Amino acid sequence: MTARPAGTRRRLERAGWAVGAFVLAAGSIPWSLWRDSTVAAGLPLWLWWHIGWLCLASLGLLAFTRYGWGIGVESGAMVGATTDDAAEATDD
Amino acid sequence: MTETAIQLGIVGGYMVVAAAIGLVAYRLTDRTAEDYYLASRTFGTVVLLFTTFATLLSAFTFFGGPNLTYSAGPEWILVMGVMDGIIFAVLWYVLGYKQWLVGQHHGYVTLGEMLGDRFGSRPLRGLVAAISLFWLFPYVMLQQKGAGQAIVGLTDGAVPFWVGAGGITLFMIVYVAVSGMRGVAWTDTLQGILMLGLIWAAVAWILSAVGGPTAATARLAETNPEFLALGGGLYTHEYVISTAISIAFGVTMFPQINQRFFVASSEKVLKRTLALWPVLVVLLFVPAFMLGAWAAGLGVTVPENGNVVPAILNEYTAGWFTAVVVAGAMAAMMSSSDSMLLSGASYLTRDLYRPVTDLAEEDPSLPDRASLANRIRRSALAAAVSLGRLLRSDRDRETLLARAGVVVFATLSFVASLYAPGTLVEIGDTAFGGFAQLTLPVLVALYWARTTRWGMYAGVGGAQLFYLASVFLPMVPGSYLGGWSASVVGMALGLVLTVGVSLATDAAPGEDATVYTVSAVDGD
Repeated sequence: MTARPAGTRRRLERAGWAVGAFVLAAGSIPWSLWRDSTVAAGLPLWLWWHIGWLCLASLGLLAFTRYGWGIGVESGAMVGATTDDAAEATDD
Repeated sequence: MTETAIQLGIVGGYMVVAAAIGLVAYRLTDRTAEDYYLASRTFGTVVLLFTTFATLLSAFTFFGGPNLTYSAGPEWILVMGVMDGIIFAVLWYVLGYKQWLVGQHHGYVTLGEMLGDRFGSRPLRGLVAAISLFWLFPYVMLQQKGAGQAIVGLTDGAVPFWVGAGGITLFMIVYVAVSGMRGVAWTDTLQGILMLGLIWAAVAWILSAVGGPTAATARLAETNPEFLALGGGLYTHEYVISTAISIAFGVTMFPQINQRFFVASSEKVLKRTLALWPVLVVLLFVPAFMLGAWAAGLGVTVPENGNVVPAILNEYTAGWFTAVVVAGAMAAMMSSSDSMLLSGASYLTRDLYRPVTDLAEEDPSLPDRASLANRIRRSALAAAVSLGRLLRSDRDRETLLARAGVVVFATLSFVASLYAPGTLVEIGDTAFGGFAQLTLPVLVALYWARTTRWGMYAGVGGAQLFYLASVFLPMVPGSYLGGWSASVVGMALGLVLTVGVSLATDAAPGEDATVYTVSAVDGD
């Protein structure tokens, strides 16, 4: 594999995760329910949206730590499982 | 009267237990700076998560948040949820993981050190430390104010404000002076878990007394129907977004939070912590802030300068339980404050004191060109070098200075807490805004090799001046373009100045952009 496609792929991945992070932040406020006062199971509906969204965010962040960790932050290193496994072996 | 005695006994007893943990940690602490300030970078997931969390668990969240939802509606949950659960989590990676890698590689203990080394600039290091200490002051004061109010509320004014505020001041001074980061982190963990449990117990108790969440919310719909509709009143789009951004970015630059970016024992710990953030935030903020909103529907009256959480507890639960929650909240404030004071002390000694004393090693002669500028520079340098030689001494003196600094700082903020106006949320929000002005220049520096020293001076200094003016000068407005806060406007200004001035200037001798180029392998 030549260096160029790998670089492009990395850039695409980085952009993808960045967009994902933005969507997670932007969607955690239920804009579509603005001025809505529906109550469900004792709490405002918009609050349920927020609670659900933050749980989703947790899963999103978990996925990121599995598949995207290192992107955009580490330089001069391969992004991948090898270093993680090494850390895992010595951790705890 | 006897109930008051029991309540004070519970608060006192809890504080003693927290102190005992500090003493145990003290016995395990080496006398090195890395161990004192960073617990030798050995924190595991649970400890790191809770120590950061408990630091956020301050009077601002505990009393200020419910007070706000009591008076303005529960939307504050969204502001804190977005800010803490998501934006902060993203910054935890982008800023925190990067700082961790760089810190592991070069052995940094403070933010100022990290920047000063990269830009070869002692003034930058000192400037960042001075700005941080400046904004730390109101936030420590906020904790003392919260503790004073808590004791007044608990005892119905039988014990005056200054006793609560003064007591917590004394406690945190002793605590920081003896135990260092390890003790602080251990009690944080204990307190974080305890507070989470207590808040849920409080919600369960109160809701069972009033007939469940549906009944409580129905009462709220009768008295304050506006509270259930999302937005409105205080909560405009601009307010929600700018407050969340300003607090989240500000939090990362708090000395005690920023220093935690250096303390994780491995990458794995940072990863696990990241994914747990949003869940933990929901678990804490939803019950705590809903209590405030429900209290409005239940017609709970809050005494002037009091807090809604103790008020609703007093009305619906037993006296001893109110005391336990107040003790937990005070301990949480103490753990926030002692982390702050500890980090503040490291900024003071490492970034302000040591650079001056290190000057003693320097040669005050400059190239002998007789220009006026050179003559002025030579005299300034000579003066600085003599000051450095005067202050130079061994590390014992530095340790003494750190502890003396903590005593002076905490005492001054205690005195200020007796007179300062403003609600807990206002004071906290202002401090967060001040810290937030640092974040974007630091991010630019970490990721953009073209950043120059002058770009940093302009970005850090310019944003700070603008924000200070908006806070302290009445003619500079605090909100722009239909509700965007001065803090967010200042952040944008800082970004533009850092990038613009960096493009217009060249790297000075002594700058080294490669300092921040670190790979994961280096980090491990």
